[in-house]
Amino acid sequence: MKKTLGRRPVADVALQSGSLSVAEASDRSKVLQKLRIGDIGFRLLTRGAAITVLLILGGIIVSLVWGSWEAMGKFGFAFLITESWNPVTEQFGAISPIYGTIVTSIIAMVIAVPIGLFIALFLTELCPMFLRRPIGIAIELLAGIPSIIYGIWGLFVFAPFLQQYVQPLLINTLGNVPGIGGLFAGPPYGIGILTAGLILAIMVLPFITSISRDVFSAVPPVLKEAAYGLGCTTWEVSRYVVLPFTRVGVIGGVMLGLGRALGETMAVTFVIGNAHRISASILAPGTTISATIANEFTEAVESVYTSSLILLGLILFVITFIVLAFARIMLMRLNARVGA
Amino acid sequence: MALISGAQSPLYAQRRRKNGITMALAYVATAFGLTWLVLILAVLLWEGFSGLSLRVFTEMTPPPGSAGGLLNPILGSVVMTGLAVLIGTPLGILAGTYMAEYGRYDKLSSVVRFINDILLSAPSIVIGLFVYEIMVAQMGHFSGWAGAVALGVIVVPVVVRTTEDMLILVPDTLREAAASIGLPRSLMIRRVAYRAARAGMITGVLLAVARISGETAPLLFTALNNQFWSTDMNAPMSSLPVVIFQFALSPYKDWQELAWTGALIITLSVLTLSIVARALASQSKSS
Repeated sequence: MKKTLGRRPVADVALQSGSLSVAEASDRSKVLQKLRIGDIGFRLLTRGAAITVLLILGGIIVSLVWGSWEAMGKFGFAFLITESWNPVTEQFGAISPIYGTIVTSIIAMVIAVPIGLFIALFLTELCPMFLRRPIGIAIELLAGIPSIIYGIWGLFVFAPFLQQYVQPLLINTLGNVPGIGGLFAGPPYGIGILTAGLILAIMVLPFITSISRDVFSAVPPVLKEAAYGLGCTTWEVSRYVVLPFTRVGVIGGVMLGLGRALGETMAVTFVIGNAHRISASILAPGTTISATIANEFTEAVESVYTSSLILLGLILFVITFIVLAFARIMLMRLNARVGA
Repeated sequence: MALISGAQSPLYAQRRRKNGITMALAYVATAFGLTWLVLILAVLLWEGFSGLSLRVFTEMTPPPGSAGGLLNPILGSVVMTGLAVLIGTPLGILAGTYMAEYGRYDKLSSVVRFINDILLSAPSIVIGLFVYEIMVAQMGHFSGWAGAVALGVIVVPVVVRTTEDMLILVPDTLREAAASIGLPRSLMIRRVAYRAARAGMITGVLLAVARISGETAPLLFTALNNQFWSTDMNAPMSSLPVVIFQFALSPYKDWQELAWTGALIITLSVLTLSIVARALASQSKSS
């Protein structure tokens, strides 16, 4: 039955001739019965799939808690504030990867947020119409390049460049400034916290740009026209009309980029140096949560070691979950307002 | 007259100067952003092309010091990506269908939408750990299946999102027309709504493929790696991103060169996929 149904135009099912014989009538009720069952089945199937999405999230949380149970029991809360990371004595603490994750993300955001906002501003206010699409697409392509590509590029091209030209300059100039000098101390390794932060900045830039561009272009033109009519300059319109109107959305976009930077793995693993210690200098090698997991997971043979790495993963997931949830709430609020 | 003197006031000059500076900054920022794209692509082409030859596609990964290609990781990537799409796409399309067609305004949909958006940008290494716990740890060994499932979990939120977005764009008049001739709802969705949203839904799948074909972190401890030709999904399986990771960090010159070539292959496929997806999406919007 199903096969013949498949070949006929859909309307035929409903528009079967009105002059049905008795035999045909029972046939028809069978068809309708089948359709009804199929209808309920399909609905349940889609509902089940929607619930599965929730189960995936639940599964992630449960499996990470399960996997990290041993480490949680052994180290407890001290795990969060201990610096030692020693597979031989099986002493593990998360503070240095957490520190590295946060500092690299801060460096990335400090660089990427203003630049991203300025690019968005350029795309919505200044760029000639015929260039808007191509430049917009180019920026989005930058977002599509896999992170391992950034990693290999960072290791072979960017880090040596920093080591030869940028870091010696930083050490010789900013390194002598009292107060912040400590940030730029030590030999120029090339790889390290700063390099990782810079690569993260390049990686999150397109996300911040494309979201800010989207929210900027949602500003009603009348508002901008009114400001221009008063004699405002483009900067004043952007600063006092566009930005306040889109503030919630911009914060959402920034948070989304931050979530990305916190969880980014491959690019950072290549250039961070993988040193489990906290140095005052941002030129020194460090590590992040995701880099630690990527580097050490397959080498971890003792169960406490594996468990500690999974606990690191759980911490990372909790941090990014909070940041991303905040981003989504902000973006939803903006949508609700623009929609109204 | 008053206007002109106003126009020459120091305040006005200051405002204009500020405007000039900030607008110049916008140009500089854009040039800065585009420079990275050009720079990365240029280096990639430069380093990757020299190693690109037929051998790359016909030979196995070599031990250090001898010649070889990337055939087994390419195979592994294609197989695992394909399976991931087979696992993730139906689930994603069905979930997106529920949210757009059955429960557009209900509580379940808004919760799923929120969670799905978070999964969309959740760190992929966490998804790797998740699949490690539920598959590798249970089975006791790394496998191609685990790698495919990890990638499949990444496919789901991308497809859910695009499916829902595209189905919502389908005009309700089409649905009403289908209902008015007595078409059951599930048939209406499959024959009318899916057909109208098809291009957009395919775009979603292509974007998902682009996303997972460069994913490395979730494969590191699910599929692991394999130096040999292997089609056994129950055994560790090689993949391009993991081989790039391993070879690039090795001290051997010829391994590093192969890593660059692999990077070029991945980037070109990803960029092609996202451009095709974009073209398809804009086509479906205009029609």
